[in-house]
Amino acid sequence: MSQGFLKSSIGKKTVMALTGIFLISFLVVHCFINSLIFFNDGGLTFNTGANFMAHNWLIRAGELVLFAGLILHIIQALILTIENRKARPIGYEMVNGNANSSWYSRSMGLLGTLLLIFLIIHLTHFWVKSRFTGLPGEDANGHENLYAVMQTTFTMLWVVVVYTLAMVSLAYHLLHGFQSAFQTLGLNHKKYTPLIKNIGVAFSIIIPFIFALMPILMYAGVIK
Amino acid sequence: MGSGNGELLNLTLKVWRQKNSKAKGSFETHQLKGISTDMSFLEMFDVLNEKLISENKEAIAFDHDCREGICGMCSMYINGRPHGPKHAVTTCQLHMRSFKNGDTIIVEPWRSIAFPVIKDLAVDRGAFDRIIASGGYVSVNTGNAQDANNILIPKTAADESFSAAACIACGACVAACKNGSAMLFVSAKVSQLALLPQGQVERKERVLKMVQQMDEEGFGNCTNTGACEAECPKEISLENIARLNREMIGASLT
Repeated sequence: MSQGFLKSSIGKKTVMALTGIFLISFLVVHCFINSLIFFNDGGLTFNTGANFMAHNWLIRAGELVLFAGLILHIIQALILTIENRKARPIGYEMVNGNANSSWYSRSMGLLGTLLLIFLIIHLTHFWVKSRFTGLPGEDANGHENLYAVMQTTFTMLWVVVVYTLAMVSLAYHLLHGFQSAFQTLGLNHKKYTPLIKNIGVAFSIIIPFIFALMPILMYAGVIK
Repeated sequence: MGSGNGELLNLTLKVWRQKNSKAKGSFETHQLKGISTDMSFLEMFDVLNEKLISENKEAIAFDHDCREGICGMCSMYINGRPHGPKHAVTTCQLHMRSFKNGDTIIVEPWRSIAFPVIKDLAVDRGAFDRIIASGGYVSVNTGNAQDANNILIPKTAADESFSAAACIACGACVAACKNGSAMLFVSAKVSQLALLPQGQVERKERVLKMVQQMDEEGFGNCTNTGACEAECPKEISLENIARLNREMIGASLT
């Protein structure tokens, strides 16, 4: 691929789309592993899964790629946003955006920023403890007890509220981002585009909903 | 005038006035009385300009030519939307019956760094011409014109190409886009040729050059909000943007 492509507007958008799809694929894995708490077995199954993720070298290498992808997604978004601001130095007196587009498609930067703030809080809650500062002992199976961290974290109401609001942001970010990524990659087809859009809507609702259930149900004491 | 219901409107018009591309512009408010609902939006401006001229004031500059919705010259941003509140019409085809008595109407020029204001509501859309000049052409044989039926074109390709070619290059897509992106325009121009056998010779080169020129003109980047498609007076489809992306990725990879 020529260097010119990555500098072109379409090239930069392609990077956004590819990293976006990569981050979407991460959400699937993350959601699947975390859903093991729904076994409601005191976290034994979840800790088994978390333990595998923490000690498999392939997953750990993937984690580096994940951070690289996330950072690329953020940096490219910043570059594109700065360029887009420059494209209209004098704004309109009146803009009726709702007449031609959805508010969330116009607010990807804002939603992304909210997600970044959430991510920093979220990584401090779990990832930093799991990788660096250590977890509180082991469970009955002798696995590191990440589940115990979840339990204590989700006793705080503000955490539950922040996590739930973040998942609403995620839902709207995905609602535009999922189908937008396919459009940017030129993957548009009379037969398949409606299908992609429907899958995108379902994904954008289901995944954040499952994630949001975790803090809510733990706080409510349904999952113990 | 005409056979309408004879209703007359009293309107407040807030219009952008700017002496030249370098001057700092500002809004000017005008009261209009007795505007027929049968008038087009531009005819309403004609009435206002006649009034201004009779008062020895400078008329408001605005672009217009055919007033039939096909030339792409008219370019007013009306109450927060390019070409005003109606779907799939140009400003010249917008009629005053789309407004109510007592309305305040805000009229602004297209806002884009690539479309500098020439005067008042008229902007310089030369950036579009330069994009076309960079690659929006096909090679043709010299000599006698060949028989049109020599080249077979699938009906679906001809139809899609034709609907892309309906673009009148008015720039409403740029004006509507929150990013000031010209992707709908460029995608229509790339698509209409990429879909036809005659466009194959320069196919790769065309998309590379036109996208490069688009970027150099300072247009923003597409974020697929779909505002352009919704506001396009010729209903150019977002599918063209997907095709442009595909053409660009394909041309860059190979």
